[in-house]
Amino acid sequence: MQLDFNHQQSAHCENGAIVNLLNNKGFKITEPMAFGLGSGLFFVYLPFLKVNHAPAVSYRPLPGVIFNRMAKRLGIKVKRFKFSNPAKAQQKLDENLKNNIPTGLVVGVYHLNYFPDEYRFHFNAHNIVVFGKEENRYLISDPVLDYTVSLTEEELEKVRYAKGALAPKGHLYYPIAVPQNIDLTNAIKKAIKKTCNDMLAPMPIVGVKGMRMVAKAILKWHKKLGVAKANYNLVNLVRMQEEIGTGGGGFRFIYAAFLQEAGEYLNNAQLMQLSKEMALIGDKWRDFAVEASRVYKKRSNTENVYQVLSNRLMELADLEETFFKKLKKAV
Amino acid sequence: MKKNEVPQDDSPLKKHKSNELVYAIDDDGKFVSVQSSGWEPKTIIQNQNLEVLNQRVQEALNDVTSGKVSPIVYYMELNRMDWQTLAAYMEQWTFFVKRHAKPSVFNKLSTRKLQKYADIFGISIDELRNFKG
Repeated sequence: MQLDFNHQQSAHCENGAIVNLLNNKGFKITEPMAFGLGSGLFFVYLPFLKVNHAPAVSYRPLPGVIFNRMAKRLGIKVKRFKFSNPAKAQQKLDENLKNNIPTGLVVGVYHLNYFPDEYRFHFNAHNIVVFGKEENRYLISDPVLDYTVSLTEEELEKVRYAKGALAPKGHLYYPIAVPQNIDLTNAIKKAIKKTCNDMLAPMPIVGVKGMRMVAKAILKWHKKLGVAKANYNLVNLVRMQEEIGTGGGGFRFIYAAFLQEAGEYLNNAQLMQLSKEMALIGDKWRDFAVEASRVYKKRSNTENVYQVLSNRLMELADLEETFFKKLKKAV
Repeated sequence: MKKNEVPQDDSPLKKHKSNELVYAIDDDGKFVSVQSSGWEPKTIIQNQNLEVLNQRVQEALNDVTSGKVSPIVYYMELNRMDWQTLAAYMEQWTFFVKRHAKPSVFNKLSTRKLQKYADIFGISIDELRNFKG
């Protein structure tokens, strides 16, 4: 059994699942618009929380938040379930498929065998959509791939019941009601304000202040933890930025695309201008990743390298602070 | 990033016949999505990360063979877990799971416990008991 479902590749898994599920409900929305309306751009540094043996850095809000915010702002109703019993979780999924409902799942990445080894970590907030079942194999639309895949019942249960931080516990979700003729004006304004407030939040670990804290920490890592550990922390910082859901650089480009679309929708020339600025900031994030990768390529471990990286991150924080202050006034 | 600047480098994704989507600006200044086969700096970072993880596995292997820790530590590292993740899979507090890393405690573990570890690591109970690396 295969539902009528149109798979579309996206840059980030959560946006992708949203876009695919809503498109299927007859509501056309682009990935940047979904990302922007969900206020997906974020930054938080949690030095006391260790993920993969390095301090946690996240370039996005908690999993599920993007979709929830967007749904709330547009008046879309979403059903969400978690199950303590894996058999019940499968039963509900099968039921949905029988009722012609493509269903979003939150899963752990580590046991997804269709990913290359380099991507398989215990990260439990990946989003996929199940759109059919053939001979006990579930048909899977993984938003970050440009083709669809399939998983056996056992394999799917394993990823739905991955354990550890943010364990999904069989989490499944699907939109049940999408209003006709949605006016995006207010939703866009609210979403942009939220992102600005997040990035300019008066908290030391969040937004631009969080970036500055990391910039200072980069210098300390080297002195306090030695070269090996400092480099490993740096690796994780950049991996979070470029790999897991294309956090830093990639997110800036998606957000810039959102601002462009929003500017056209609201007929606001200033937003279009700011979209271009955001793209330039995205380029600078990429430069930061290039600079960081040089640490390993050339094996230059002088303190100078860390100073350069720290300065670049400080510069990014300054740029984004000015940017979001301007953006806040533009809507 | 302009559309023609989207990197098309060798990467783990390319080897997997896959790619990723990125957003870039086309000639008219409009944002479009473009497929990228990979980006060298990212691949360097990923390889570096795997290298560190492999080192951890090697160290764990040495510690197990020299009798410093139990095989659980080796398989934990091999499965890219940390104590919190392993404890979550074991449905036990981290404190108890960490104790199982002591060879003296490990040797007294019940078959049921060992079986649970073996299932999590996807190995047989024999591979845990008679560790050969």
